[in-house]
Amino acid sequence: MTSIKRLLSAFLMVPFAPASALASALVVDLSSNQIEITTNFTGTNLLLFGAIDRKGDVVVVVRGPRRTEVVRRKERVAGIWINRAAVTFESVPGYNFVASSRPLEQIASEETLQRLQIGSERLRLQPVGSANSALASSFRKGLIDLKKRKALYTDMPGNVSIRSEKLFRADLNFPSNVPTGSYTAEIYHFDGGKPASVNRTQLSVQKAGVEEAIYNYAHDHSAIYGIVAILIALFAGWLGGVIFRKA
Amino acid sequence: MDLYFPIAEMSINVLLLLALGGGVGMLSGMFGVGGGFLMTPLLIFIGVPPAVAVGTEANQVVAASVSGALAHWRRGNVDFKMGFILLIGGFVGSSFGVWIFTKLRALGYIDIVISLCFVTFLGIVGGLMVAEGARSWIRSRSPGSAPKKKLHQHTWMHGLPFKMRFRRSKLYISALLPLSIGIFVGVLSAIMGVGGGFIMVPAMIYLLGMPTSVVVGTSLFQIIFVTANVTFLQSVNNQTVDVLLALVLVVSSVVGAQIGTAFGSKLKSEQLRALLGILVLAVGCKVGFDLIVTPAHLFSFAVSGGH
Repeated sequence: MTSIKRLLSAFLMVPFAPASALASALVVDLSSNQIEITTNFTGTNLLLFGAIDRKGDVVVVVRGPRRTEVVRRKERVAGIWINRAAVTFESVPGYNFVASSRPLEQIASEETLQRLQIGSERLRLQPVGSANSALASSFRKGLIDLKKRKALYTDMPGNVSIRSEKLFRADLNFPSNVPTGSYTAEIYHFDGGKPASVNRTQLSVQKAGVEEAIYNYAHDHSAIYGIVAILIALFAGWLGGVIFRKA
Repeated sequence: MDLYFPIAEMSINVLLLLALGGGVGMLSGMFGVGGGFLMTPLLIFIGVPPAVAVGTEANQVVAASVSGALAHWRRGNVDFKMGFILLIGGFVGSSFGVWIFTKLRALGYIDIVISLCFVTFLGIVGGLMVAEGARSWIRSRSPGSAPKKKLHQHTWMHGLPFKMRFRRSKLYISALLPLSIGIFVGVLSAIMGVGGGFIMVPAMIYLLGMPTSVVVGTSLFQIIFVTANVTFLQSVNNQTVDVLLALVLVVSSVVGAQIGTAFGSKLKSEQLRALLGILVLAVGCKVGFDLIVTPAHLFSFAVSGGH
């Protein structure tokens, strides 16, 4: 029920927010700022909600941690499909979610959308080194398609609902393969095709509990992890033998 | 019921895993095989990253071999001297195998190499099993035509240096033979996440000429240590061993193996062996088919630099 309370308080704050001549007052909040990946994690939804002080459109962009990614393309060699050419891209968002109150093209000009990198197709992904530009652009497209198929990049026009030209809400979907790290949610209020206001909020996705312990141990103390893995297996094998020999 | 596995970084239905582990465990109980050569491709089929499937399976095989090896040791069916020579080779081979694995992974070729190894070895082993089953079936229909085999054949292998006496196996052969078999199987163990019993056992019988009574125990004895070495090196180099996944598989396969052992003693082995051969061939064909068929997406990505 806290989310309703927060929504209410967000709504009540609007009249007191200072409104400059151009900038609009935009208030937002998330149902939670932290996603914990625990043993039974199968993906989750967060509710993003807020209020605007005049009519217009709302666009929500959530970006995951940026990483360097190697994109490989399979080619048929002697009848079988093998990874051949590779292009490395810098600072690729691990997650990119865009929701808007109307189709993006109706909200703002292509130029504005490009500048703000709104929409998976408009992400600026820079290839490392002197990659052939035609090759790089086909790999960029391949990467974006793949991320969309894995539900890591999502564009959901119409997924932001605005009520009485004031309150808005959007459901953010995080699939089970969501990368861990810090995320930024950018909320834009567009008025007459121009961004009248923008608000940023942070959230984090982390492994928690057993998941976190195992993952961190495997990476930070990998030798001990390996030895423990062997000891567990030796014990389990021995125990299995003992239990069933007596039965 | 889905469970999220921290190293595989995906959630998998636990009932599906228990069914797979139990099923492969049953087969291993029935036939006395390790099951790694079926489990690794099955894990890949359900979407586990191949590198994680291999690392995790090596860990599971450690557990699977321990109870079998202990049972054989109690009956005195382990040739420790032979086992140690195989083991030295196994350590060298599996360490080299993990090194190759790490290099291939960095280049993006590991998935294809794992698949090619499985197609090759599942094809050969499955084919041999089916052929063997068919031959013994024919033989059983026309009694009295069993081919006579010489007890001991001398080949070029008996001219090799560094001869050693293996009392338990009643052999006097060059140590280079078990050493090189150990190396070869060790490399495969590291790359495929298997114990390698399906190659080790026939090699011990046909190449070394060991008596069948000590073959399985000795093979299991050395598999424990070789797969333990693979588990350790994969953990250190690639962080691809998922203990949680291994544990689920261990529990289900231990139970399955007990059921399989009880079943196995009641059924005719020749026909069953041919059936297992068909199953092995089918898995090999599926791996091969996935290599040939045009993939739904040609692109793949991997985070570089990582953690």
